[in-house]
Amino acid sequence: MTSTPPAVQVRDLQKSYGGVEAVRGVSFSIAAGETFALLGPNGAGKSTTIEILEGYRARSGGEVSVLGTDPHRGGLEWKARLGIVLQTSNESGNATVTEQLRHFAGFYPHPRDVDEVIDAAGLREKAKTRVSKLSGGQRRRVDVALGIIGRPELLFLDEPTTGFDPEARHQFWHLIRGLKAEGTTILLTTHYLDEAAQLGDRAGIIAGGQLIDIGPLDKIGGADARVPVVRWRDGNGLVREERTSRPAQVVAELVRSLNGAEPEDLEVIRPSLEDVYLSLVRGHEAIPAGTGAAASTNDGRPDPSRRTYKDVRA
Amino acid sequence: MSATVSVARPQNKAPGTLALGLSRIGYETRLYFRSPDTLLFTFFFPFIMLGIFTAAFSSSGNIGANPDGTGGVSVGTYYLPGMLAAGMLLSGVQNLAVDIAGEKSDGTLKRLGGTPLSPLSYFLGKIGQVFVTAILQAGLLLLVARLVLDIALPTEPEKWATFAWVFVFGVITSAFLGIALAAVPRSGRSATAVVAPVVLVLQFISGVYLQFTTLPEWMQNLASIFPLKWMAQGMRSVFLPESFAVAEQSGTWDLPWVAGALGIWLVLGLVLSRVTFRWIRRDA
Repeated sequence: MTSTPPAVQVRDLQKSYGGVEAVRGVSFSIAAGETFALLGPNGAGKSTTIEILEGYRARSGGEVSVLGTDPHRGGLEWKARLGIVLQTSNESGNATVTEQLRHFAGFYPHPRDVDEVIDAAGLREKAKTRVSKLSGGQRRRVDVALGIIGRPELLFLDEPTTGFDPEARHQFWHLIRGLKAEGTTILLTTHYLDEAAQLGDRAGIIAGGQLIDIGPLDKIGGADARVPVVRWRDGNGLVREERTSRPAQVVAELVRSLNGAEPEDLEVIRPSLEDVYLSLVRGHEAIPAGTGAAASTNDGRPDPSRRTYKDVRA
Repeated sequence: MSATVSVARPQNKAPGTLALGLSRIGYETRLYFRSPDTLLFTFFFPFIMLGIFTAAFSSSGNIGANPDGTGGVSVGTYYLPGMLAAGMLLSGVQNLAVDIAGEKSDGTLKRLGGTPLSPLSYFLGKIGQVFVTAILQAGLLLLVARLVLDIALPTEPEKWATFAWVFVFGVITSAFLGIALAAVPRSGRSATAVVAPVVLVLQFISGVYLQFTTLPEWMQNLASIFPLKWMAQGMRSVFLPESFAVAEQSGTWDLPWVAGALGIWLVLGLVLSRVTFRWIRRDA
């Protein structure tokens, strides 16, 4: 039923600084109302990509459309439809939380209610405190609050929960789910893979300026990467691992081979998003630069299906 | 008409540039008075200097007195116009150059650049803040001069008319030059180190701290290139007796030249600030 144009469309995006290619042909699109997580190591090109979409940076090549507009030519009306939470901020912060939000709300044609946003961001008790007097995590909440005060159609969140305690992070997730429910399109970068898994519909993994995989969060990395691992310690004290789509059968055979004895340190592990992510990124790093252009690849990844190694704990 | 509206968005009109500019003036002015550094080095600096000069030199008698010690004006009276001019320069150039350079490096401008705030509203806010704070500063200086230092203020309306245009012209020029100068420091931290010496040297050669007419001619000529000398001269024409006009470079107050010099610097400042201002540093 989707005739709605995508909120974000990126085709063969390139960006070089001097002679350094920071982004080398990235393509993806984000549907309206979708939450897309852009993941990748530091220096992979995530922030450059996001800043091009936000209109802060000019691109060297490729096509970009954000809410139907080329960000390089985006005017004030276009900016009014965006919410931007930048990666870092260290402003002097001599305004109080309420003053700051009220002031920024005035920039937009149909802002959210300031008090509602203060409550949603968990800043009620700090509402009358100057931003400079807040802790790092609290300041980050103010950043997020300022990002959503204008009721954006598209929200950019660049590592939004850095410095949050676990409770604040859960509050933040709740807030973002509320925005999703209202139909806000969200582009999220984060180093917390559980956060991406909690909030994202789809993810793209970027490494070395290239998109190495893209897909729904429960499918990314391919079916192979999600094969469970059975791990146990054999009679010689070595840790053994076996990747199998039928872990119960492996365990049953193991028990049979031990004549009914209980295998030591037995675990059945389903790879988390973090495991999948790490194997993708490491796999990419193992490929010499320039040959890993294809998206979704198993090439060059060390075959993890069977390996045996000395247990360092032994 | 297709039914592809994803988020219910009432179609309100975008806030106007002028209305946002006014809102910025209030916001900027409030923050100005919450910044202790700015208050000390911009707002109260002329007060401190006027106090020091009055205390230091009062014992040596009136300035411009006859050989028998009669006539002339008190030290406070002589320095008041210079301090008013210095206040205009500090409120504009020093205040904005340091402020905006700081906003550039701490991310304030980057954040604003991602919102639908027009740069014009931002400029209106800065210039309005300079204007409001400079008026408060000048008003307070005049009040201190009258009540604390017992300086007689002019009563002729023409003098106050001159005061008004020199002040308005000078403050706006200073504000533009401050915005332009903010492009020079590489970081917010270095801003004060870059801006303060410029402002200080100008004050020394332009007749704010030292009697202009006692400076060597080359220094007077050099100072005449810059706007502060003209602001100070305009202010002297308001607060000093007519007899002091002969001590000026050309023997008169030269008000048309004051207007001309400030006008040229106003246009120059406007063009420079327009050309150099960016929400963020451009990348390669």
